[in-house]
Amino acid sequence: MKQLKIVVLAKQVPDTRNVGKDAMTPEGTVNRAALPAIFNPEDLNALEAALSIKDRVAGSTVHILSMGPLRAADIIRDAMFRGADGGYLLTDRKFAGSDTLATSYALSCALKKIGADIIVAGRQAIDGDTAQVGPQVAEKLALPQVTYVEEILDIADDKIVVKRRLEHGVETVEAPLPLVITVNASAAECRPQNAKRVMKYKYALTKSEIAADAEAFNAKMAASKDYLQIVELAAADVDPDENQLGLTGSPTKVKAIQNVVFQAKEAKKLSSADKDIEELMVELITSRTLG
Amino acid sequence: MANFFSDNKDLQYHLQHPMMRKIVELKERGFAEADKYDYAPQNFEDAMDSFRKVLEIAGGVCGDVIAPNAEGVDHEGPRVVNDHVEYASGTVQNMKAIVDAGLSGLTLPRRFGGLNFPLVTFVMANEMVARADASFENIWGLQDCAETLNEFASEEIKEKFLTWVCEGATCAMDLTEPDAGSDLGAVMLKATWSEEKQTWLLNGVKRFITNGDGEVSLVLARTEEGTTDARGLSMLVYDKRDGGVKVRRIENKLGIKGSPTCELVFTDAPAQLVGDRKMGLIKYVMSLMNAARLGIGAQSVGLCEAAYREALKYAHERAQFGKPIVKFAAISEMLSNMKAKLQGVRALLYETTRFVEVYKQYTHISHERSLEAEERQEMKFYTRLADGFTPLVKLFASEYANQLAYDSIQIHGGSGFMKDYACERLYRDARIMNIYEGTSQLQVVAAINAVTKGTYMEQIARYEEGEYVDAVKPVVAKLVELRKKFEAMIERVETIDKEHAGYKEFHARRLVETAGHIIIPFLLARQAADVEEYAQSAKIYAKLAAGKVEEAYSYIFASEPEDVELFKAVESEE
Repeated sequence: MKQLKIVVLAKQVPDTRNVGKDAMTPEGTVNRAALPAIFNPEDLNALEAALSIKDRVAGSTVHILSMGPLRAADIIRDAMFRGADGGYLLTDRKFAGSDTLATSYALSCALKKIGADIIVAGRQAIDGDTAQVGPQVAEKLALPQVTYVEEILDIADDKIVVKRRLEHGVETVEAPLPLVITVNASAAECRPQNAKRVMKYKYALTKSEIAADAEAFNAKMAASKDYLQIVELAAADVDPDENQLGLTGSPTKVKAIQNVVFQAKEAKKLSSADKDIEELMVELITSRTLG
Repeated sequence: MANFFSDNKDLQYHLQHPMMRKIVELKERGFAEADKYDYAPQNFEDAMDSFRKVLEIAGGVCGDVIAPNAEGVDHEGPRVVNDHVEYASGTVQNMKAIVDAGLSGLTLPRRFGGLNFPLVTFVMANEMVARADASFENIWGLQDCAETLNEFASEEIKEKFLTWVCEGATCAMDLTEPDAGSDLGAVMLKATWSEEKQTWLLNGVKRFITNGDGEVSLVLARTEEGTTDARGLSMLVYDKRDGGVKVRRIENKLGIKGSPTCELVFTDAPAQLVGDRKMGLIKYVMSLMNAARLGIGAQSVGLCEAAYREALKYAHERAQFGKPIVKFAAISEMLSNMKAKLQGVRALLYETTRFVEVYKQYTHISHERSLEAEERQEMKFYTRLADGFTPLVKLFASEYANQLAYDSIQIHGGSGFMKDYACERLYRDARIMNIYEGTSQLQVVAAINAVTKGTYMEQIARYEEGEYVDAVKPVVAKLVELRKKFEAMIERVETIDKEHAGYKEFHARRLVETAGHIIIPFLLARQAADVEEYAQSAKIYAKLAAGKVEEAYSYIFASEPEDVELFKAVESEE
């Protein structure tokens, strides 16, 4: 079948697993400096889903698209170490303060430039938990969307068959390409970094990173090979309506912060067998519910 | 998100040794492949950076996958299904994680898909895997069989099997039989050349074969009809896909239960000859065994690390009489001794690995071009050291694995005797380490020549000439005293042995251990120049060592020639 261009939307997020007293600023926003930055967990599930499609359809490519500060290039490199072919970093002061609406707008502008047969995103990010960006991107690009995907069952030239994990069961869905899918944490875990890929891609840099110290060995290495260059996109590169970017484009205002009280939403029956207990522990740790 | 590399400063320290520059340059042949492979290093710094990064990946797989699976693997174990081995489910997961992470064929050449990493990094990975699960280290660590193929097999065999190993195929070395354990010269498994099939066919039984159902097996077999000793044995390689070998049973063991120990039945199993006929035991098994001994050294050090960490953690958590037990002198002394032994034997492990590495690289280079006189001399120098140090590291590491596992349970008290804590598994797993790949008693036999021919003494003299920081100067002074006692012991034993055969054999273990007890604290003292903290372990180890050397010294000087007969009397007991 024809080679597919797959783009994974990924976000670098603060690790909420070891939240201490400095985790929030007095203004009620996340204190990013106090928490280590990690690859948003469900975006790793999304990456694995994308790579599993690449495994099935020879010649397909997987690229990461991430919006964020320069250091978000770290997760693009991480993805390349795990199997992605390359990545795009959407970075500009003009994006600062974006809510989900402005973020999905900026991402959709970039995706129009990049082009993709399949866009895969994690269901939600652990810092905002909105689960809005994936669906909003689909709307803005006028593409069909399938959310809560747990497994890619089949893929043919013009359609994909996936399993969705919902509150009361599973659903098998067939959808036409191109489309957007969002992936749950219950999907397959992402493959580890691969030794050879790490050695091949460890000098991958964006142009700003190269410019920061152009004489350094790693910058020279990055500049010498095409596959070592992570594409950096500024706002101007994706032709946006600037009024829809950043704070100006973000109608969301935080009014107050409250503690979340967990309510039983989906019920799962567990026995007292070791296996069930272990599964539950793994699930709670992976979802960052337990530290 | 545990990482067995990032959390281990001592291990990281050994990667920084100044000799690494020489090793990497030899291994990379002056970075000749820099532009040929996209993952080959450009220079020394680039290579070292890659080693660290890849060891971090390995450390992550060990901490996040293999270690959490260890208890389940120990519980479930492998089984025989339709004449073949089915691993425990955790072992299957471990294998997949290792292969996905690209950690197969770590030391093999790039043209076969390997990473061309130095042996030092392989030993480090081995150690981390063993810390996570000693039984899995057996399966993964057997990839060093491929090194024997790389050294001696034809290009055709290498192409086929090494490529496979780099893709994740597991190996086995099929040496022992029901009547041939330590005495491998008695191997009877028959290899006959079939004109019709144009291949060797194997028939017979192998027993106690670790990972016996691995994809690639190196088989020691009798190719010379009518012979009964080592000179009739050759090395052959068997491809599991060809069929002809059945797993009759898996042994039910005390420890390393996740590693399948197989009894194999060969029925007309096709195999290819490796290297020359009749050299099987004399040359190739010796090479295999030396690699395997270093492997068990690494496995043992990994187990020491696990045992020490379990003990330290428990000693902090457990409170009695109103304070954590680590605050009691009896416990802190045990822990300090454990730490000194762990760091000491690790220092010996990497010192040995570097010796092995240099001579192995020269061996490979000598197949490509003739060596310069200076290189030949260097190769000889390091071969001698490697031969002397390899049995020493196997002996000390495996004995310490047992001692540390024992102490770890002791620190856990009654709880340590229960199945609830990992220390009981470590204790069971450690027990085989001073038995397989040559018992401690056999390591002494292999090492005694290095005592009497001066290998250890010459190396000790080199350590004595080194520069030491003030903090360890008293340690070094003490070690010089011990060395003098060691010389006196050797002289007495050699002199008496000339008149009374068997006297040297009787004292061999005391002599070999004395060499180790002097060498190890020298290594720790040397490390104190780079990291101050090592001075503590050097001091603590030297105290233990002094006690041990004094004991051996007084035993030997109180030992009359008649002792040989005295201890032989038991032979006539029924």
